[in-house]
Amino acid sequence: MLSRVADSLYWMSRYLERAEHTARLIDVQLSQMLEDAGADADLRWQRLLRSLRVSLDVQTGAYDITYSLIFDQDNPSSIVSCIAAARENARQVREQISSEMWEQLNLLYLQVKQTRMEQIWAAEPHKFLTSVKEGIYLFHGLLDATMSHSEGWHFIRVGRFLERATSTAALLDGHFEVFPIEATQYESEPLGYLSWVGLLRSCASFEAYCKVHTAVIRPAQVVEFLLLNADAPRSVRFACARMQDGLQAIAKTTNTRNSGRVERLTGRLRASLDYYQIDEILSDDMHEYLESIQRQCVLIHSGLYQVYLAYPIEVALTSRNAAHA
Amino acid sequence: MIIPETRGQPSLPSPFSSYTLDEAFDEMLDASGQPRPPYLELYNRLLEMPPETLYQRQQAANTAFLNQGITFTVYGDNEGTERIWPYDLLPRIITSEEWEKIEKGLTQRITAINLFLKDVYNDGRILDDGIVPRWLIYSCKHFRREMRGVPVPRDTYVAVDGTDLIRLADGRFAVLEDNLRVPSGVSYMLANRHVMIRTFPALFGSYGVRPIDHYGQALFNTFLSLAPAGRVDPVIVLLTPGVYNSAYFEHAYLARQMGIELVEGRDLIVHDNVVYMRTTAGLKRVDVIYRRVDDDFLDPLVFRSDSTLGVPGLFNAYRAGNVTLANTIGTGVADDKAVYSYIPAIIRYYLGEEPILPNVETYLLSNEDHRKYTLEHLDELVVKAVGESGGYGMLIGPYSTAAQREAFREQIIANPRNYIAQPTLNFSRSPCIIDRQIEPRHVDLRPFVLFGEHVTIVPGGLTRVALQRGSLVVNSSQGGGSKDTWVLADAP
Repeated sequence: MLSRVADSLYWMSRYLERAEHTARLIDVQLSQMLEDAGADADLRWQRLLRSLRVSLDVQTGAYDITYSLIFDQDNPSSIVSCIAAARENARQVREQISSEMWEQLNLLYLQVKQTRMEQIWAAEPHKFLTSVKEGIYLFHGLLDATMSHSEGWHFIRVGRFLERATSTAALLDGHFEVFPIEATQYESEPLGYLSWVGLLRSCASFEAYCKVHTAVIRPAQVVEFLLLNADAPRSVRFACARMQDGLQAIAKTTNTRNSGRVERLTGRLRASLDYYQIDEILSDDMHEYLESIQRQCVLIHSGLYQVYLAYPIEVALTSRNAAHA
Repeated sequence: MIIPETRGQPSLPSPFSSYTLDEAFDEMLDASGQPRPPYLELYNRLLEMPPETLYQRQQAANTAFLNQGITFTVYGDNEGTERIWPYDLLPRIITSEEWEKIEKGLTQRITAINLFLKDVYNDGRILDDGIVPRWLIYSCKHFRREMRGVPVPRDTYVAVDGTDLIRLADGRFAVLEDNLRVPSGVSYMLANRHVMIRTFPALFGSYGVRPIDHYGQALFNTFLSLAPAGRVDPVIVLLTPGVYNSAYFEHAYLARQMGIELVEGRDLIVHDNVVYMRTTAGLKRVDVIYRRVDDDFLDPLVFRSDSTLGVPGLFNAYRAGNVTLANTIGTGVADDKAVYSYIPAIIRYYLGEEPILPNVETYLLSNEDHRKYTLEHLDELVVKAVGESGGYGMLIGPYSTAAQREAFREQIIANPRNYIAQPTLNFSRSPCIIDRQIEPRHVDLRPFVLFGEHVTIVPGGLTRVALQRGSLVVNSSQGGGSKDTWVLADAP
């Protein structure tokens, strides 16, 4: 397919994942503020702002922060901005997605564009944020049911899971920055139990975690679950596996001979998550480890561009085009 | 001011009770108010049909267009708001004899035009022989000096042409203008037929209407025949300016119909005078470009340097014979409205034949006498800018205000080469559903002519309707609509 088209599908997907993630984070944060507006509430805001890399001060207040993260069109990472960007990308390649997908995305866009902060803050932000998440779930349902699982579909998957891997790592990193744990305390009950539950809920993983580990929260197990669990759809390991599947499918479809670089990078990241033990991670520098995951995601993104989307002509003409010339 | 309807009106039963006749040829009724033979079946069905049914079917048709996303955008509209394609349910019917003549006339015309273009960009014999004034050609905005002496595959300058026909009061079809650059509207022709079959299946079936759905295939074959020599499995692409272009729907539709890639300028790269498109599987060579981008924007190295829609180096690749452009660059010199008035002479010169389809009387305003006459009769004539399309740059005398006429007067005096004038023609009218009644509206016809290995003209074309009562402007950008065109199969 045209590189530009693959690029638009990839970014449409990343923006939607970003919007969904942000919606979930804010939803959990606001809900927990109702349950407990104690000292930890401020820390949880800090965690949210850190993990989303938003340079706002906690003192700005819940209302303004929420506005900035949901509705501010000058903030390129706000939910409204992300959905608008996703829709714009989809519009450019409308023929590639099914009409049901386009209509759903368009509907979601119109819905968030027409909503005002005052409306939802008074009523209950939870309802609005849930509808955003559901709108995106529906989009993905339609994606799976109505779009051919061919090259374009794989680019969408790669975008979604790359975004997921990096934002989960960033969330964990933000969490540990605000709620640091001594190396000896990983197996003990943590202070701020609610904040740890909040962490899991922010990854839509509390119930799944409980099925594996019961409701007993131990930092080591939470980290293990969110990083290394092979089955949990929001773990970094799961995301990397799906990303790799997608990249391999694309390599196969495009008959690419020099996808080596991007495949190696993804394979290496996946292997590290497949074969690392939790105690190895915990005994090392957690922050460094989480940063390294995010760095590798950036490299995979660049690799994707170098191989499929923005390769220089000289490379393209010499390496693999004898068949096409 | 509406063209007055002067004759005694027939008194017709509902839903035709507000149907009126004037000097214009009426497609459905003859001078005495009787339905013409091709329309008899339609007329009788409409008489029998309960009024609600007609209205419901029109709504169903509108819904069908909306659901399929068949819309169009008008320049100046807000991003994201598209208009439903305005479609009138009642077909415009053409007999097989009428069509035979149209087909012959259009074939003759496109053949002569291609010969003319080859001559004008090479030897210029027709200019030497004084048949067409040299200065007229060289002063034409769309004459591209860059094309002088450039070899064109199969000498096919115009592969896709949309010629606008009108029917005069005496029933003859005449050519109003040719569109030889980037003619559009064919996707609506195809969409109209598709919807017609679904909303009026019984009526459609009872007539023997010639099919048109082979257009995509014919178009594809036309491009295939123009591929550079020696290319096995030539790669054809459709070059679009992108999603914000008002005809984007058609670009995407045709690309899909033909099974070819829809590309924008930024997808293409020229390297060593060969055109490639950037795909995830590497660079893929391109052989034929069906370009829906105007000449000016095609190559920033040769034409407008501020264009972001084109491909740097494309013209060089073209000159080197490594890629074919359909239509070629510079065809606009032949659809310039002043040059249009010479087409009959052009047909005689190259083919030694009389034109089968007549032109409309045209005044060249660069001619002093014509200009004088025109300026004295601005309120009676239609004045058009020679290089425009879409109904822009036009003054319709009888409907104009004094201020508009004054503005045109100044423009004509300032740049007479840029204008022509024609009598305001009362071209034919066809029955349309207007608010649950049936009333006549002016229509034209745009058949699409393909010049490949053979000339292929899909029967019919796009019938455009001036939907406002009394209006003569059929362009969709100015409030026009369209109809399905039925060319009847030969009588058994």
